[in-house]
Amino acid sequence: MSDVKKVLFGPILANNPIALQILGICSALAVTSSLQVSLVMSMAVIAVTAFSNFFIAIIRNYIPSSIRIIVQMIIIASLVIVVDQVLKAFAFEISKQLSVFVGLIITNCIVMGRAEAFAMKNGPGMSFLDGIGNGLGYSAMLIVVAFFRELLGAGKLFGYPVFETVQNGGWYQPNGLMLLPPSAFFVIGLVIWALRAYKKEQVEEPEFKIVANSRSQEAL
Amino acid sequence: MEHFISLFIKAVFVENMALAFFLGMCTFLALSKKVETAIGLGIAVVVVLAITVPVNNLLYQNLLKEGALDWAGLPNVDLSFLGLLSYIGVIAALVQILEMTLDKYMPALYAALGVFLPLITVNCAIMGASLFMVERDYNFGESVVYGVGAGVGWALAIAALAGIREKLKYSDVPAGLRGLGITFITVGLMSLGFMSFSGVQL
Repeated sequence: MSDVKKVLFGPILANNPIALQILGICSALAVTSSLQVSLVMSMAVIAVTAFSNFFIAIIRNYIPSSIRIIVQMIIIASLVIVVDQVLKAFAFEISKQLSVFVGLIITNCIVMGRAEAFAMKNGPGMSFLDGIGNGLGYSAMLIVVAFFRELLGAGKLFGYPVFETVQNGGWYQPNGLMLLPPSAFFVIGLVIWALRAYKKEQVEEPEFKIVANSRSQEAL
Repeated sequence: MEHFISLFIKAVFVENMALAFFLGMCTFLALSKKVETAIGLGIAVVVVLAITVPVNNLLYQNLLKEGALDWAGLPNVDLSFLGLLSYIGVIAALVQILEMTLDKYMPALYAALGVFLPLITVNCAIMGASLFMVERDYNFGESVVYGVGAGVGWALAIAALAGIREKLKYSDVPAGLRGLGITFITVGLMSLGFMSFSGVQL
């Protein structure tokens, strides 16, 4: 039971795919300017990661290792096509906003990385849970970033006004920078800082130690 | 001609793959510790993009697009839903062919790029460029220019980031930000710099 818990919830804080494994950052940044869009994106990624892990784990013993990448790629691409078509059918507006980023789930390193690192070595049940867990870790990051970007950038959450903006006669002066690409980098950087301040063991070792009390002139 | 030049400039600066669309971020962050590696990878991306985008364009215009199968007597067939699968297949196959060709005819270049070529298959920038090409409905000439431009823009961004990170490793960064955190902040500042190009009207 503790195994299941570890596989399912480990990736959210302890081993977050974005903050620690540097996987799947591309889409994490681009879709986070509104909460609704990132929620849909998260669900799509969870579905694809979970099912691709599941199917790859089922056939893992029959895949010749020399062509395993292609086989994994085809399974992932087919799943993404299914997700893409479902989104176009039931949430057309949002699928337009996500534009190319649904297709880019194929090349999202989380899906490929988990297939290669976990599903090739474990049974289908556990792999399915690992897929959901890593999808959740990814979603957690996405939703935190989107929360701050939408709240500070537009004063809204899920499109509903939370802070009344100056334009509508309220008090909040929206920070337009938060809706632009660079803010996504800053927010993720700060989230990583917060995460590592809480989980000290994730801090990276410095390449060069700064000697304590050295006068700046000696360095010159 | 002017149209192509403005498309190229736009692809390199205004719509920079890495800094405006966040594509190819995984490799962008993971392999930007040294300038040499970054330039090698950058060149590999330019080459692969310059080949895959036009090939995918031909595939899309002649086989997948709605009504594209007119020449085969099937005017009502729309295969565009197969796009994702075909593009990734084309990219994987072309990278493989490129790797074998380079190995046979240009061993020096192969040795320089060798490690990075297989990685490029799963680089979002490659797939992303193909998808943007489809979304914006470029013709063949435009797709060649766009492919090269997007690649050059990405290479420029990763080389610049590697330069900054080489200097950065001697600085005293707060413990929690060390490594990945400060890299994100750096890329954010670079992206802010590139935003200034967005006012350029082409």
